[in-house]
Amino acid sequence: MADYKIHMLVCGGTGCKSSQSQILAEHLRTEIKNQGLDDFAQVVGTGCFGFCEKGPIVKIIPDNTFYTQVKPEDAKEIVEEHVVKGRKVSRLLYKDPKTEKIVMDSRGMEFYKKQMRIALRNCGVIDPENIEEYIARDGYSALGKVLTSMTPEETINVIKKAGLRGRGGAGFPTGLKWEITRQSPGSEKYVVCNADEGDPGAFMDRSILEGDPHSVIEAMAINGFCTGASNGLVYIRAEYPLAIERLKKAIEQARQYGLLGKNIFGTEFGFDITLRYGAGAFVCGEETALIHSMEGGRGEPTMKPPFPSVKGYLGKPTNVNNVETFASIPVIINKGWEWYNTIGTEKSKGTKVFALAGKVNNVGLIEVPMGITLREVIFEIGGGIKNGKKFKGVQIGGPSGGCLTYKHLDVPIDYESLIAAGAMMGSGGMIIMDEDDCMVDVAKYFLDFTVDESCGKCTPCRVGNKRMHELLTSITKGNGTEEDIDRLINLGNVIKDTSLCMLGQSAPNPVLSILDNFRDEYEAHIHDKKCPSGVCKALMRYEIVEENCCGCTACARACPVGAITGERKEVHRIDPALCIKCGACLDRCKFNAVIVN
Amino acid sequence: MDKIKNLADLRNLKDKLQSKTKLREKSEVPEQMIQVKVAMATCCIASGSRETMNYIVDELDKRNIDAVVTQTGCMGYCYAEPTVEVTLPGKEPVVFGYVDARKADEIIEKYIKAGTLVEGIIPVNYQKIENN
Repeated sequence: MADYKIHMLVCGGTGCKSSQSQILAEHLRTEIKNQGLDDFAQVVGTGCFGFCEKGPIVKIIPDNTFYTQVKPEDAKEIVEEHVVKGRKVSRLLYKDPKTEKIVMDSRGMEFYKKQMRIALRNCGVIDPENIEEYIARDGYSALGKVLTSMTPEETINVIKKAGLRGRGGAGFPTGLKWEITRQSPGSEKYVVCNADEGDPGAFMDRSILEGDPHSVIEAMAINGFCTGASNGLVYIRAEYPLAIERLKKAIEQARQYGLLGKNIFGTEFGFDITLRYGAGAFVCGEETALIHSMEGGRGEPTMKPPFPSVKGYLGKPTNVNNVETFASIPVIINKGWEWYNTIGTEKSKGTKVFALAGKVNNVGLIEVPMGITLREVIFEIGGGIKNGKKFKGVQIGGPSGGCLTYKHLDVPIDYESLIAAGAMMGSGGMIIMDEDDCMVDVAKYFLDFTVDESCGKCTPCRVGNKRMHELLTSITKGNGTEEDIDRLINLGNVIKDTSLCMLGQSAPNPVLSILDNFRDEYEAHIHDKKCPSGVCKALMRYEIVEENCCGCTACARACPVGAITGERKEVHRIDPALCIKCGACLDRCKFNAVIVN
Repeated sequence: MDKIKNLADLRNLKDKLQSKTKLREKSEVPEQMIQVKVAMATCCIASGSRETMNYIVDELDKRNIDAVVTQTGCMGYCYAEPTVEVTLPGKEPVVFGYVDARKADEIIEKYIKAGTLVEGIIPVNYQKIENN
C-alpha cells in the first residue's frame, strides 16, 4: 500500500488527553473517512509535543502546521479545509504572543528554536503504541549493535566517554555506575528504572514513558547486557495510569518481536522487564528507599554504602537509573560518544529535559542543551512572564532545589553552576514566580511538601522540618522575630548535615536559598508586619480611605461578618479585629475607597 | 508476526517501515529538499490535482528522489489547473500548469532530476508575503 501523503499528529499525552484529544483524533479519522481520503491522510496519536500551555495540539506533516487548542468540533473544518483544499485554518494556528503574528510553520516558533531534543526525540513524532514506528526511526538498532558487535566493556566505555550523568538529580556519572554494577560480584543482578517522579510540577519522565516507552526498554536491555543482568524492573508510580498502560503495551510488543525474552538478536543474551508500582511517596525516588519498597518493605532509605550497585534489590547488585538517563542511551550508542560530547558544557554533557511551570507564558516540556542560560529558557523558550508581570524567582530542582532570582538569570544551566548558585539540577522541575508571589509563602509551600513526605526515620528531618515550618508559619502570620531568621539558618544547616538521605539533606534548601536571595521579604514580614506581595492574609489590612468614602453602605452590606460600621452618607470604618479579609468590600466599593495594606 | 532473530532481520524490517515515518523527518528540513506544492482547491481537485499529487508522490518514491510534497490552496491560475510549484534547493520556485501524469513525469525527469526547464511554466506575476 502506498504511504500516506499527510500525517496528522495528535498529541496523546496526559495533558492533551484530558482536554479531549482522543475524541478529537476519533473525529478526525471519521471526517477523513467521510471524505474518502483514508489512503491519503493518516491520524497518529503521539506523545507530548511539550507545548502543553496550548493543548490539545494537532501538527500536520509535511507542512509543519501547528494547530493549538483544537476541539473535537474543529475536526470537520480541519479536514475539509486543510486536507481537502490545502488551506490552513488560520483561527487555530499558533500566534506569537509578542509579535501577534500567525506562525505558519512550527519551526518558526520561539518555543522550539533553542530546544534540542534527544531524550524527547520521538515524543510528538511517533505513535508510542506502535513498535513499528519506533523501529522505523532506528529503534532497537542500538541494542542490535551492542549485542552483535560490542563487548560490555566497550559499551560502558562509550557511555563513560560520552559524559552522560544521571538525570534523576544528583548527576552521578552513568558509565561509572554501570561499571561498578558490572564489577560487583554476583550471578544474579538487576536493572531498575526509576520512574518515581515526585517533584511538584514535574512531568519529564511521565512524558517520555507516555511518548516513547521503547527507548527506555531498549536502554534497559543494553544496561542488562553491560552489567550482566537479565531482569529489569520499572518502579513507576501508580498515579501515572497512561504511562503504565503504554509501557505495558510496549513491553508486550517487544516480547512479540523477540526484542525482549531469550536469545535476543540470536545471541545468548536474554532480558525481560516487569513493572512495580509505587504508591506515590516522594521518598521512594531515593534509590535505597525505592528498592525497599520494591521488596515489599517500607519505603525508607538506608545508609549508603553499600550502594545499590553493590548490594541492591534482594541484596543483589542493582543498577538504578532514571527514565531520562535511559532514554538518552540508544542515541549515544547510535551516534557515538564523540557526537554527544560536543553538546553541553565541559562537565555537563548533553541535554536536559525541564518541565516549565508557574507564571511563564509557555508552560510545557522542553529539552535544552546544557549550558543554556536561565534567561534563554524563561524569556525565549518560555515566552516570558504571564500577563506582562515582573519576573521574581525560579525554583529549580523541586522541593530539594533552590530558588534563584533575576541576578542569576545568566547562570548557565549545568550541574556545577546551579549548585554554585545555590540551587541544583534536580530532576528538572522549573517553577517560575512573578511579582505577585510571596517568597516566604513559597518557602513554606515547599517545606510543607517535605514535611508531608518525610518518612519519619530520622529526627532532624522528621522534627526539624516541622519546627522550621512552624517558624515560617509564625512569620507569615506576623508573629516573627529577628531571632527567627538565625534560628531558621541554624536549624536548616543542622538538618542538612545530619539527615540520612537526600530528602532530609535537601529539605531546607528552598528556605535557605530564599533567605539568601530574598531576605528583604522575610524582613518585611518580621519588622514591618507586611507581606509585600499581598499573599499572606494575616498581614493584610483592609482600610477605608476617608476622602473617597461617600457612605453608600454597599461595603457594610457586603461584609459577611459585620466588621464595617458607619451611617448612611458618612464615612465607614472597618474593625480589624472582626475583619476576615475576604475582600467582599473591596469588590463591592465603586469609589476606590477600600484599600489593602 | 515473525520474531526478529538477528540484526539483519531488524534492518530489513526498518527498511520496510522507514517510509512510514520518513515524511515526519523530512518535514524538519524542507529547505534542504526538493519541495513540490500541488494546488488543491476546488477548481484544482475538479481538474484532477489529487491524482496528480498521488502520482508525483508515488513516482518520486519509486525513483528514489527525496522530496517533500505538500498541498496548498488555490494559486490563482485556475485556467491552467492542475498547477504544481517546484522549488529546488537554493532556487526560486517555478510553477507549472496543466500538470497531468504525463506532464508530471516530464517535470520529474527533466526539471527535478536534471534542472532543465520544460514547457508549461507559468510566469510568476505576484509576490509572496512570507509571514514566518
